[in-house]
Amino acid sequence: MSALELAAATKEHPGSPPVVALRSVTLTIGEGEFAALVGPSGSGKTTLLAIAGTLERPTSGHVRIAGTAVGQLPDRELAAVRAHRIGFVFQQFFLVSTMSALDNVASGLLYRGMSTAQRRRAAADALATVGLSHRAGHRPGELSGGEQQRTAIARALVGRPAVILADEPTGSLDTATGRDILALLTALNAAGSTIVVATHDSEIARALPRTVRLRDGGVESDSGSMR
Amino acid sequence: MRRRGPLNQREPERLEQDHRPGSERRDRRRSGYRSRLRPADIWGLAALGVAGRPVRALLSALGIALGVATLTAVLGISGSSRAQLIAQIDALGTNLLTVTPGQSLDGGQAVLPKTAPAMVRRIGPVQSAAAIGQVSANVYRNNRIPLVNTDAITVFSAQPNLLQTLQGHMVRGRFLNPATARFPAVVLGASAAAALGVDRADGTIQVWLGDHWFAVAGIMAPLPLAPELDRTALIGFPVSRSLLGAYGSPVEIYVRASPASVAAVTRVLAATADPAAPQNVTITNPADALTARADASVAFQSLFLALGGIALLVGGIGIANVMVISVLERRGEIGLRRALGATRPHIAVQFIAESALLAFAGGTGGAILGGFATTVYAKARHWSAVVPATTLIAALAVAVAVGAVAGVYPALRAARLSPAEALRTI
Repeated sequence: MSALELAAATKEHPGSPPVVALRSVTLTIGEGEFAALVGPSGSGKTTLLAIAGTLERPTSGHVRIAGTAVGQLPDRELAAVRAHRIGFVFQQFFLVSTMSALDNVASGLLYRGMSTAQRRRAAADALATVGLSHRAGHRPGELSGGEQQRTAIARALVGRPAVILADEPTGSLDTATGRDILALLTALNAAGSTIVVATHDSEIARALPRTVRLRDGGVESDSGSMR
Repeated sequence: MRRRGPLNQREPERLEQDHRPGSERRDRRRSGYRSRLRPADIWGLAALGVAGRPVRALLSALGIALGVATLTAVLGISGSSRAQLIAQIDALGTNLLTVTPGQSLDGGQAVLPKTAPAMVRRIGPVQSAAAIGQVSANVYRNNRIPLVNTDAITVFSAQPNLLQTLQGHMVRGRFLNPATARFPAVVLGASAAAALGVDRADGTIQVWLGDHWFAVAGIMAPLPLAPELDRTALIGFPVSRSLLGAYGSPVEIYVRASPASVAAVTRVLAATADPAAPQNVTITNPADALTARADASVAFQSLFLALGGIALLVGGIGIANVMVISVLERRGEIGLRRALGATRPHIAVQFIAESALLAFAGGTGGAILGGFATTVYAKARHWSAVVPATTLIAALAVAVAVGAVAGVYPALRAARLSPAEALRTI
């Protein structure tokens, strides 16, 4: 079963003339893959990630996440799919500044109806996975940029999602820290996580096993699945 | 490594299978997962939102606090005042009745028979009865005062047991007794003494009453059950007849009945006082009148209650205002929460809970403030402070309801945000 499947997914933003953000994209990400979506600004990377993450619905085409067709699901069910099957990592981290790193990570499980103790336990494990156990009690303001992004990655993986979608995860970081984050993602992938990274940085793209190149909302090239 | 060609050709076919009509249709509306937010976590999120912007929270809760403080203080102060009055009435006893001549059938002023006080005293459960009688005279500080300057003080003749029947007290001197009732001695009510400028009753002060000098024998404390006597000068029945030529028919008889028999005494009082014309006799219970007045004073507070209500309303609008701004500022957080799996209702509930919490905090502060104001006011007046718990709970409940309603519009705006949009516009 593939982690993520898009079939002829198209996204048009209404207007005259309508803006086509994504043009009939067909893409399958297998379980355990680590793929880069690359392309210049406006090529549709973010839209592709939003549609793959069920944050947006395609104008036409179909999306499956870990075998679940999400096309006709109502909003409530899409939220449930996000809560259980998808982890997001953003360029701006989106950490809550008044909560500790541990609680930020635990908030990744907030909408699963788990008890606080259960969430904290899982969060502690996830923080250990990203190597931040010693910073669990610190607030985001007390962490470096790299540590903040590690915290955000821990939040994305704490629920063991079918796929982690990262939009420019190194975009706010310096090169060295960016490499650290990439190394972390590579390690997570080696441990079994399926990860899709959108980036405009070809250097990062080259380091990843699979590269999907986007241009003007369409797939320009795909180095293909390794499996 | 496979190129995308074969892969992409194969996958659409598999996906198409999902769109067969029939048996799978219902399943396509279900993901098999649930997005759930525990109630305790809702309040956790609300507290997080409030604590994240403490100064703003404080300011926006202030309006609600003022409204609740006003409501609490108004209800508390009027409640304390009423409780004080009722306690006073209870202390004086609710078993005092008054007998007054009403209107006769021909529309004129009826007159009570001279024998009425003695007749009333014969009713079994009547503990005491004392009459005051009409005297056509005015009282002046001295004989140099122009006749028109009566200071609105009325002169009555009074029976010596009047003070005891009214359970009144003397501030100075003594009340009339059978001896002083026969001599030119006068007892002044509290306001009458103040109006005449008399503050001693040692027998050295005389006042000019009906063209005679009367020695001031005593000054009474205010009489809560018979405030009409506070501005009177009372002399004995015998001296009113001998010196001033008064006829001596009673204008009012104060009757103290045994508490258990007040109703029974009330029924027979008219016929006893004037057997010939009981319809001309009016019986009242001053305690009832006072209690009614205490209740009526509650009506005055409606204006202040309305002001408190308006303050609450303005507070609610303030909270709505702040929350709308908060929603605009927190688009990123809203997008993040949606990405983490929050449904639209989860987002809406979070913001409603946040404004309800703001209002609750404001309401609690207001209730404390209002209780404090009530206590200070009551202490200053030597009352015991009464802040009814139901008032506090009701005021808090109203505040929270106002907050929750104020949160509805911002919450709907937050819930309507498209998650992708919310994340993108940061």
